[in-house]
Amino acid sequence: MRRFALIAIPYFWLLALFLVPFAIVFKISLSDIALSIPPYLPQLELAKGWEGFTKFLGALDFENFEFLMMDDLYYKAYLSSLKIAAISTFLTLLIGYPIAYAMTRASEEWRPTLLMLVILPFWTSFLIRVYAWIGILGQEGFLNQTLMFLGLTSDPLIILNTPIAVYIGIVYTYLPFMVLPIYSALEKLDDRLLEAAEDLGCSRIKAFWLVTFPLSRGGIIAGCFLVFIPTLGEFVIPSLLGGSNTLMIGKVLWDEFFSNRDWPLASAVAVILLLILIIPIILFQRNEQKQRESEG
Amino acid sequence: MTEALRPVFAPWNDPDEKPLIQFKNVTKRFGDFTAIDDLTIDIFEREFFALLGPSGCGKTTLMRMLAGFATPTEGTILLSGQDIAPIPPNKRAVNMMFQSYALFPHLSVWENIAFGLKREGIKGDALNSRVDEMLRLTRLERFARRKPHQISGGQRQRVALARSLAKAPKLLLLDEPLGALDKKLRQDTQFELMDIQEKTGTTFVIVTHDQEEAMTVASRIAVMDEGRMIQVDTPARIYEAPNTVYVADFIGDVNIIEGRAIPSGEHVQIAWGEGVSDITGTTDKSFDNGEKVHFAIRPEKVSVSVEKPDDTPNAFQGKVLDIAYLGNLSTYHVEMPNGQIIKTQSANTRRLSRRAITWDDTVWISFTATAGVLLKG
Amino acid sequence: MRRLTWFNTTSLTLGFAFLYLPMVILVIYSFNSSKLVTVWAGFSTKWYGELMRNEAFLDAAWVTIKVAVLSSTFATVLGTLAAYVLVRAGRFWGRTLFSGMIYAPLVMPEVITGLSLLLLFIGIGLDRGVMTIVLAHTTFSMCYVSVVVSSRLATFEMSLEEAALDLGSTPFEAFRLVTLPIIAPAVISGWLLAFTLSLDDLVIASFTSGPSATTLPIKIFSAVRLGVSPEINALSTIMIAIVTIGVISASLISKRAAVRQRLEEQQAVRS
Repeated sequence: MRRFALIAIPYFWLLALFLVPFAIVFKISLSDIALSIPPYLPQLELAKGWEGFTKFLGALDFENFEFLMMDDLYYKAYLSSLKIAAISTFLTLLIGYPIAYAMTRASEEWRPTLLMLVILPFWTSFLIRVYAWIGILGQEGFLNQTLMFLGLTSDPLIILNTPIAVYIGIVYTYLPFMVLPIYSALEKLDDRLLEAAEDLGCSRIKAFWLVTFPLSRGGIIAGCFLVFIPTLGEFVIPSLLGGSNTLMIGKVLWDEFFSNRDWPLASAVAVILLLILIIPIILFQRNEQKQRESEG
Repeated sequence: MTEALRPVFAPWNDPDEKPLIQFKNVTKRFGDFTAIDDLTIDIFEREFFALLGPSGCGKTTLMRMLAGFATPTEGTILLSGQDIAPIPPNKRAVNMMFQSYALFPHLSVWENIAFGLKREGIKGDALNSRVDEMLRLTRLERFARRKPHQISGGQRQRVALARSLAKAPKLLLLDEPLGALDKKLRQDTQFELMDIQEKTGTTFVIVTHDQEEAMTVASRIAVMDEGRMIQVDTPARIYEAPNTVYVADFIGDVNIIEGRAIPSGEHVQIAWGEGVSDITGTTDKSFDNGEKVHFAIRPEKVSVSVEKPDDTPNAFQGKVLDIAYLGNLSTYHVEMPNGQIIKTQSANTRRLSRRAITWDDTVWISFTATAGVLLKG
Repeated sequence: MRRLTWFNTTSLTLGFAFLYLPMVILVIYSFNSSKLVTVWAGFSTKWYGELMRNEAFLDAAWVTIKVAVLSSTFATVLGTLAAYVLVRAGRFWGRTLFSGMIYAPLVMPEVITGLSLLLLFIGIGLDRGVMTIVLAHTTFSMCYVSVVVSSRLATFEMSLEEAALDLGSTPFEAFRLVTLPIIAPAVISGWLLAFTLSLDDLVIASFTSGPSATTLPIKIFSAVRLGVSPEINALSTIMIAIVTIGVISASLISKRAAVRQRLEEQQAVRS
């Protein structure tokens, strides 16, 4: 009995506030926009009993999904989100791996400090960190001022409100998510393995590619998913740094909901995004599972 | 019965004695795996009872059933005649000393020992005096205020013992209590454990895989394998009169010789291969002519000599394969003409004796008719 | 064998410069006396004064803190419970679903979580305000708490709880007197994590808040959309300072505790 209560409290909380809401999103994605409160039809009229329910079911359709297929704005937004997420994940890996690797090479007493320096930005407001780049990347921003002062360019570079600013923003805010799993994978690596590889005739660089890199693969995969998955639905970065030129699905959903007040369409956008995300989420879970098992 | 009438502590031989714990046809299964297989055994008050066996033999499961962390699939366990199955662990008059001690890291030594007493509602002077008594018993007075990580391994072991004894349980379970200590400390602690058991009069059930430890501390040993009790007996009987090849092999060093039995009067002859004469042994078991038999003999019961010894029913010639000098002992491996290798062991009683025997020497090994045990199967 | 080559040193230097330079610039410009954020016109703390007089920001800050304290506290209780169930309850009906619901919100895009919770609140006729934000924040931060706590519980020695039971504790006493004090550091860091997540959140709060309750991130976001402002720089500096002091002192405290424990253990071996 006690055990039941223990399980039931968090279980039902999550059912009610996580799973049921998704069911509602799905249901509303099949409804139609309407000038009413709430702004969609049909409404389930429980007072009419079974008849009300069948009428309600009959009024649901896949119109919104058809619309998503027809209007090229949406599939372009999905594709562009996928592209931006993939490229920025790759860039984050490119920048994050050397940092994580160098951290494990640092001396024992420095490592906790370096680790804290990586974690610290994670605790500071996401919004503020994105905001900081507006002042840097703008036409009269810090970067352009510096470049012009150094005489490297005569005209200010236009970076803000372009996809480049979005890439910078994503790499910047998600870098700790890439560095930490790779660091913890490399940290566990036994130095004697590298000594053994060198003893067996590998050069140091070859030993890195044949031993270190494969053994940190779990961390790399985890890091990539931790960047890729949330980036796909990212809203704050494209809306602050990307301007109107950058199409990302999170922003489309937001505008559809808050500007156009088309709740059914916003819900349909969310359902498709969720379907796209299921595959990487499952792959991520499987990778985590494998890591846990290999650690015993 | 008075002490004078019963100088030896052996309640298991007394039919009037009521056992403290009775296992009656207890079986425990985890899914398809049978951890305990139809086990029946009595443990008596004030006993120091050792469960001995390799890992996975079911000894820990047995102990956890006594503590209340596992329930039998079939059968009953009685404590003082009462079925303990429905009693939860926190209501049992049984305490356990956990493997690796499970000391509460956030509490001091004093608070660890007081933990169980407080749960019984004991407080004030009664609590203080009981905890102090336990600290004295385990010689931990100086460390009362320390946290577990601030004391050594041996001290931690004593805290665990004091904590589990504080509530004066009817029965104390000890799960590999000395496993985490180094060898020297372990030997000292074994005697300390026996001393405390005697002082408090508590019944101890100890789980161990270390046969030497079981031999030292226990009044009786139960040798277990694959969920069954193979033999339950005093340490001396387990060593000198094992009932199976498994027990003979598990406890101490032994030569196991396979052969065919030929009964002849009060002796049994054992034919054990080409080129060697029969072994003469004694047994109270009856063997058919030609029945398969295992003859088990401890190395220290076999003597080795250059000359053929007189007046012995068993003397065989062989060649020395290996010699190991262990300081107090020397071990010889002697190969018989039939290929069997016999281990012998002799005490080095004299310092720097001239080593008469060396590799490849031809020597005689010999033993008396009662030196070995005949085992069926 | 461990050594820093010039390559490693360079990547560390560049990496940390990239991570910290933007924030340093932000902090410096918060002390700029000019309204034009890009032009340095001398040191001044006037924007901090402006900020303190800005009622709207102060109100939003108060709402944010209220939401964060409430939601992180609820999330800690629920998350610890969920972690305990995840690690200890063994098999039960729907266990896979349960663990899925714990892990999924960690990677779920906020726009989806926000949208779905809003539709739920409207569906059941709940007025949007502080309460709905607290419910929303509790739900997603309890998952973070439960991940932090369950990774601690996974290495928690089961025999400690069994020892407590063996010595006569009820299961609840065993949890309160033994398990909870030992996993307390993880529970506290779970609370802190939930607190900062709540302070930080823009998207979910935007969906679930009503006109009566505006949080600081919503306020900042609408101000920032119009461009850089020195007041926001000042506000950001204050927030960065609080977090930095908090994180550094927390890590110093835990480091000192670890050093002391190690010294004491060494002494114990010697004595």
